Amino acid sequence: MTLKRTTWCLPYVVFMALFVVLPLLLIGVYAFSDGAGHFTLSNFTKFFQDKDSLATFALSIEVAIENTAICLLLGYPVAWILTNKKLNRSAVTIILFILPMWVNALMRTLATAELFTMFGITLGKGTLLYGMVYDYLPFMIYPIYNTLQKMDPSYAEAAEDLGATPWRVFWKVTVPLSKSGIMSGIMMVFMPTVSTFAISEFLTNNKIKLFGTIIQEKIYASMWNYGAALAFIMLIIIGITTLLTGGESDGQEEGGLI
Amino acid sequence: MANHIIDIQNLSKSFGDKKVLDNISFYVRQGEFVTLLGPSGCGKTTILRQIAGFINPDEGRILLDGSDIAEIPPYQRPLNTVFQRYALFPHLDVYDNIAFGLKLKKEPEDEIDKKVRKVLKLVSMSDYEDRDVESLSGGQQQRVAIARALVNQPKVLLLDEPLAALDLKMRKDMQIELKEMHEKLGITFIYVTHDQEEALTLSDTIVVLNEGKIQQIGTPTDIYNEPQNSFVADFIGESNILNGRMICDRKVEFIEHEFNCVDEGFGEDVPVDVVIRPEDIYIMNQTEGAQFTAKVKSCTFKGVHYEMYVETENGYELQIQDYNSFEVGSTVGLVIKPQDIQVMRKERVCNTFDATVVDERHVNFLGEDFECAVPAGLQVGAEVKVQVPFDKVELLDYQEDGALAGEVHFLLYKGDHYHLEIKTDDNDRLWVDTDDIWDKGDLVGISIASEDIKVIA
Amino acid sequence: MKKFFAQAYVWLLLLLLYAPLIFIAIFSFTKSKVMGNWSGFTLDLYTNFFTGNFEGSSALYSALLNTLLIAVVSALAATVMGTLAAISFHRLRGRTKNTLLFVNNIPMINPDIITGVSLFLLFVFLGISKGYMTVILAHISFCTPYVVLSVLPKLTQMNPNIYWAAMDLGATPGQALRKVLIPQLYPGMISGFILAFTMSLDDFAVTFFTQGTIGLETLSTFIYNDARKNGLTVELRPLMTLIFAFVLVVLLVINLRSAKQAKKNN
Repeated sequence: MTLKRTTWCLPYVVFMALFVVLPLLLIGVYAFSDGAGHFTLSNFTKFFQDKDSLATFALSIEVAIENTAICLLLGYPVAWILTNKKLNRSAVTIILFILPMWVNALMRTLATAELFTMFGITLGKGTLLYGMVYDYLPFMIYPIYNTLQKMDPSYAEAAEDLGATPWRVFWKVTVPLSKSGIMSGIMMVFMPTVSTFAISEFLTNNKIKLFGTIIQEKIYASMWNYGAALAFIMLIIIGITTLLTGGESDGQEEGGLI
Repeated sequence: MANHIIDIQNLSKSFGDKKVLDNISFYVRQGEFVTLLGPSGCGKTTILRQIAGFINPDEGRILLDGSDIAEIPPYQRPLNTVFQRYALFPHLDVYDNIAFGLKLKKEPEDEIDKKVRKVLKLVSMSDYEDRDVESLSGGQQQRVAIARALVNQPKVLLLDEPLAALDLKMRKDMQIELKEMHEKLGITFIYVTHDQEEALTLSDTIVVLNEGKIQQIGTPTDIYNEPQNSFVADFIGESNILNGRMICDRKVEFIEHEFNCVDEGFGEDVPVDVVIRPEDIYIMNQTEGAQFTAKVKSCTFKGVHYEMYVETENGYELQIQDYNSFEVGSTVGLVIKPQDIQVMRKERVCNTFDATVVDERHVNFLGEDFECAVPAGLQVGAEVKVQVPFDKVELLDYQEDGALAGEVHFLLYKGDHYHLEIKTDDNDRLWVDTDDIWDKGDLVGISIASEDIKVIA
Repeated sequence: MKKFFAQAYVWLLLLLLYAPLIFIAIFSFTKSKVMGNWSGFTLDLYTNFFTGNFEGSSALYSALLNTLLIAVVSALAATVMGTLAAISFHRLRGRTKNTLLFVNNIPMINPDIITGVSLFLLFVFLGISKGYMTVILAHISFCTPYVVLSVLPKLTQMNPNIYWAAMDLGATPGQALRKVLIPQLYPGMISGFILAFTMSLDDFAVTFFTQGTIGLETLSTFIYNDARKNGLTVELRPLMTLIFAFVLVVLLVINLRSAKQAKKNN
């Protein structure tokens, strides 16, 4: 153990280089090469010529956007109500929203599908969206709840004092100040939805495939280079989303769950 | 050398490209109470941490009892530190905090017990051994921190602003206790503070630092009565700092009057800075027998004395402290005794910069081209010096209006004008005399008229 | 009135969120193959689950055991490595710090499938045959960031001189870590460990891509394969009900207690 604490991260830095950075670089390497290891763009041209894959890709983005929007519309009021002292005094309610996440997601999804079946609802895009919202709503509520919780109430009070109506206070003060929470909520919902697999198959009885499922199928059919190219495209989508939502995940998961 | 317990030789340290210590040398005698005094960021804490071994010097040596300790890690140095904000271990109670060092040394239980109790008694905390440290007041935590260091019987006790977090009353009490402890134990203390009053009260020797350089080393009385430069004069206590002129030995002129003084060897007709402490100006209602007269502008009661500002007939403002109050608006007579006039050599009398000739109408200095009269015969690219008088540098409210942008870094009131040190964005310095009021940290534009730039080949 | 609507809204959402869980719980007390088809109350599924008296019981048991084993090992490794890294990151400044924190965030931002595929390609590239080792390494890689982010705030709260104080009193760096830093960071390390543990337990995609073909299954991959093959093994219902009940009780107890504590401190 050396005196300099700055060196204590060396094991982790080496680990990250090997198991985080190198694997991501490998996605790029495989995406731009053929089976023999030569440089090629054919993996990408193949994707852009394949109508089915393109349609799946478009559908995945569509579902992800819809899911994110619904989660935001449903989740923001929840976060707001739970942090509003006049409407809610219990600190336990928020835990109830997070708790289902501790039960295996596949199991919950399967149960949801069976619930639909029991009520005679046909599995399809509607049930898929419902299941997605169901799975990812807590990821939207929690970061927004966190920012609203930390927000100094004197901002809203100051606005009220200056004559703003409650409606205006909400739109002009509360919402803008909780932007960072909204952004990380959007990221935490959008990213996993756009890449989800397994869940979509269960919720639609294999009727609808999403982009994640295609990647998984290609990799499992030993089409590593094509699979890597699809993963690369998804990485670009993720990069764009990260830039649009303003960078980091804001450390929302900072151990506050427990 | 024999009784120097600590010897600091040519210490330098940079963090990134910022030089925080520049060639620091001083020594500490066995049993001495030495204070490193200076404003925040002057490098005093860095010196202390280097002695403790937490930071390695870039250059220079630290000797302990005559031998270099560079290779000894902090946990083997026979020194202990009392930290700023105490740094007590929150998960241990008072007893275990103090016993921490002894337990690491694997001393026998009963020995540890004896030592801990003794030191608890020394800091008057005997009844607190089982207390959780976070339940203690600031003053009590401070006592525990001192006890935790002292129990290891260090050769030198290092104290890093130990009283800074306490309120005024508590600070005064602790000052007395620290002084008593030092006398009783005979351990060498090296004490870091930015509080000049604390330094004057406690120390045998004070090392005044500013911007990584030693400004003055001396006893509290030396430093107070004979500051060696205007920084020390301004930083330690209240003072009137004025421009003056040494007429000849024992004769100095300032505020447009001639005074007798005790200083010699400055030469004849030499510009100097003059320091007079406010309590050293004698003030009286009659003007007979006075060296000069002035009008009282304000008079404020300060608890023990009155603080007055007076304006002389020639328009200089002076600060005066006296036990009597004088009516605002009245004319008073003033006397300054020769031994109370402290004369200091001026660090500079004019801004001087290295410059290069750009063409026959322009020179480049401080990274900008300036128009000015370039003497004939100088070639393009020639290295020259330029001079700009202090009062010819113009400061502007907006940085973008000036040829250069800078920040007010240090300022002195000189009786009838302000003397400012400006740090430019490129970290160059220039000095300005102005009647306008600026504050430290103000962002200013700097402009210099072409006729005020004098080029010297 | 406003409060009534607000509360009604919150509880309606909660009801929808819990419906599948309640559904599983209800049908853990009946024996029908398909959920939604009540065939009389019985505790048979519970007795079957505990006695192993059902088809595929040994596969489910070993999947359970693997899940726990992988979660414990990965979370422990992540806690050790992540705590040391956090201490180090806290000391760093400027670009180095930002870069390392950015890389640390990658596995949290990255969707599981990207992490999974990238690690799959890594093991293919390095020619490492997949099994326990690869799954555990993969889990450590997405668990450690949570530990780092749980420990960092504790370091910010800590007096920065505490490490030096220990050393000043004669502790070697190792002793300073054990006797002073770790006791201070303990709460952060514990919550980091629990987060890492649950992340590992819950993971499906990354395990799926790194488990290889040696028949190593975790609960998630077991459920996935089971559901695709022959419809869910009914004995999973009591298991899920028990897990849910356990988590519910633990979390409620912890949070009620800390809420009480907070009230007391006020």
